[in-house]
Amino acid sequence: MFGKCNNPNGHGHNYVLEVTVKGEVDPRSGFVVDLKQLKEVMNHEVLDAMDHRFLNKEVPEFASRIPTTENLAMVIWNRLAPKLTKAKLHRVRVYENHDLFVDFYGESS
Amino acid sequence: MKAYLHRRYRFSASHRLHSSEMSEEENRSTYGKCNNPHGHGHNYVLEVTVSGQVDGNGMVCNLVDLDGCVQSEVVTLFDLENLNNRPEFANSVPTTENLCIVIYDILKRKFSGAHLERVRLEETMMNSFEISS
Repeated sequence: MFGKCNNPNGHGHNYVLEVTVKGEVDPRSGFVVDLKQLKEVMNHEVLDAMDHRFLNKEVPEFASRIPTTENLAMVIWNRLAPKLTKAKLHRVRVYENHDLFVDFYGESS
Repeated sequence: MKAYLHRRYRFSASHRLHSSEMSEEENRSTYGKCNNPHGHGHNYVLEVTVSGQVDGNGMVCNLVDLDGCVQSEVVTLFDLENLNNRPEFANSVPTTENLCIVIYDILKRKFSGAHLERVRLEETMMNSFEISS
């Protein structure tokens, strides 16, 4: 089923995460979102939790599911969506590599 | 839950844009350099998007199945070929628009592992075409 990705010693990827948020442009700031705040949320929820970590063992969501890129996109969505207040999360795109990437638009899509 | 999986493939092919329904002059003015009688080539990038519920294995579809299908049903047909000589273009000009439609139709018929959302074909870094379901 998983081919080379089933190697018992695991393997790594240089993931690229693309987060899209949507919302009304604030008339005072001209922003959809406070980028500094978004960055803080992303750093805290995603990078601190996952960067340079063994996804299978160090990220609690993967105790009960396989860390495919599909599941990774959904886990990241679930971590980010509740933390965003003004702007809404529209899409989480995770590149496993340049030629393979997954989009997740939330449960309602 | 539904997710979208995108996969990119590469192939190279040559073509000449020339319509038998146009005069020589009209062909030249319509297709410009692409009407060069000796043809020219592109390193195409094919981006296939499929969607579906993520299954218990954490997958939209088995990537081996998708890769195998695109390889055997699309890439081997066109890689290092002159598109004008292919039967798919016996009655149409092998523009990248038409090639994109041909590839979409093939994959729609041949790939059943997930829903085919989109076929996007890059002719160069500067232009691409896509067909969506």
